[in-house]
Amino acid sequence: MQGKLEVGFAPHIHTRESVAKVMWQVFFSLIPAGIAGVYIFGLPALRVILISVFSCVITEALIQKLRHKKITLGDGSAALTGLLLAYNLSPSVPFWIPLAGGLFAIAICKQAFGGLGANIFNPALAARAFLLASWPKQMTDFVRPFTLDAISSATPLAMLKEGKVAALSDMGLSYWDLFLGRRSGCLGEVCILALALGVVYLLWKGYIWPQTPAGFIVTLGALSWVFGAKGYFQGDFLFSILSGGVILGAFFMATDYVTTPLTKKGQLVFGAGCGALAFVIRGFGGYPEGVSYSILIMNAVVPLIDRYVRPRRYGAK
Amino acid sequence: MKRLIKEFTKGIAIENPTFGLVLGLCPTLAVSTSVVNALGMGAAATFVLLGSNIIISAVRKVIPDQIRIPCYIVIIATFVTIVELIMKAFLPVLNAALGIFVPLIVVNCIVLGRAEAFASKNNIVHSIADALGMGLGFTLALCIIASIREILGAGKFLGFSLIPGFEPAIMLILAPGALLTMGLLIGLVNYWHLRKKSGKPEGSGLASDSQSHKPEGGGLPSDRQSQKEIRRAGCNGCG
Repeated sequence: MQGKLEVGFAPHIHTRESVAKVMWQVFFSLIPAGIAGVYIFGLPALRVILISVFSCVITEALIQKLRHKKITLGDGSAALTGLLLAYNLSPSVPFWIPLAGGLFAIAICKQAFGGLGANIFNPALAARAFLLASWPKQMTDFVRPFTLDAISSATPLAMLKEGKVAALSDMGLSYWDLFLGRRSGCLGEVCILALALGVVYLLWKGYIWPQTPAGFIVTLGALSWVFGAKGYFQGDFLFSILSGGVILGAFFMATDYVTTPLTKKGQLVFGAGCGALAFVIRGFGGYPEGVSYSILIMNAVVPLIDRYVRPRRYGAK
Repeated sequence: MKRLIKEFTKGIAIENPTFGLVLGLCPTLAVSTSVVNALGMGAAATFVLLGSNIIISAVRKVIPDQIRIPCYIVIIATFVTIVELIMKAFLPVLNAALGIFVPLIVVNCIVLGRAEAFASKNNIVHSIADALGMGLGFTLALCIIASIREILGAGKFLGFSLIPGFEPAIMLILAPGALLTMGLLIGLVNYWHLRKKSGKPEGSGLASDSQSHKPEGGGLPSDRQSQKEIRRAGCNGCG
């Protein structure tokens, strides 16, 4: 699916890759981040994950039944969407948020476009955008982990946006806290260490390619470093990457096979575009975090990117 | 009489201005946030449609072909002014809610489209039936979209709260909700047409759909065609 497709002469060797295998591999590589989320935020996080996955799977089965299509729950794509959606939610949302989100992700963003492989936008992110636009109050209610009571607390990026604090140390956090996930935020994005485990596995197995995440992270980090603070070259490179959903978005959602460019060059452009947009939304937009919107906007540009970075045909000038 | 009934019903079902011809999207998307607005907009558009169809049909043989569009616009604008002044005098709240979209009925594609495609070629009685059918079809379509958006997006119907404890999805009364509801409803209508045609829903697309619904013999072969021309000419951009 990735890179150039080269068809040689017969006989062909068959590898045991399939859509289902890839989807389940990505699903399992996300499990550590889920475990970390449940450990950090407690059982409410587990509830959100279960409801979201359940909602996506049931919706997929129902709609495929209604459309008289083969029910393809076994390929794991619905479960993966559900898991990614849950990772993009605050652990303290009421139960009907992941329920409605899963329904919207599968019914509107995926099946209404024709099912797996035909959707333009990443279903999990589109559902998150829908939820955030529909129920802004519930969606931005974050809790700070490892405190005795569940105290509502803004995410580090939201604190930065409000302008009350200027640097990480003012928030009572260190880079180590951000890396391990001792901060408020969405349940799957906080623990970078757990996400990194899955990322290393996927990169090693070749299920995702480094172009998109590299373009994303380098662009966002560099722009934040140069323009992120009052003077030039004063911004915080590490903070811009470790806070918010950059790692989750760059490695697990901007690398979705369906909604991203086909060529490596295209993926680099896609990632860089995501990074630049995320920086613009963080710095000048109304929301503290722009990773999800940046990926959605770039999803819409994918056909254009694919058109301009088309690989040269053999023999063509 | 049979012809009259046909002209009246086509606007409601097969050639529904919103779901079939996809005309007049601007007011459809903008004012369908509540059922009251939808009813007001539908009534205003129906009145303008009726008045303009009658007058244009009556003077259709006098208007020179080259300047027919400006003539239609003047006639339509007259009726829109009447509606606007009546609304300002007796329904100021509704007028405030509909805002700019009342004067914009002048450039509404449905009104101009019916003038060009129907009233300029048919007699007054048939034009009245056409105007009433199209007006009713537009009002119905607006009300369907507005009901969905108001119930899910504001938790109300006709201004009354429905279910206590229900958290409405604000997005549905915002702009994306309009496009989403509209798209899904058009999809449903097309699905229904396809199903009625073949018995088995296969394939997709407006293309095959619109071809299959060319008016049958004896009807108005140029009707749908000229509606399409108007749409292509860019009227939809403003109305």
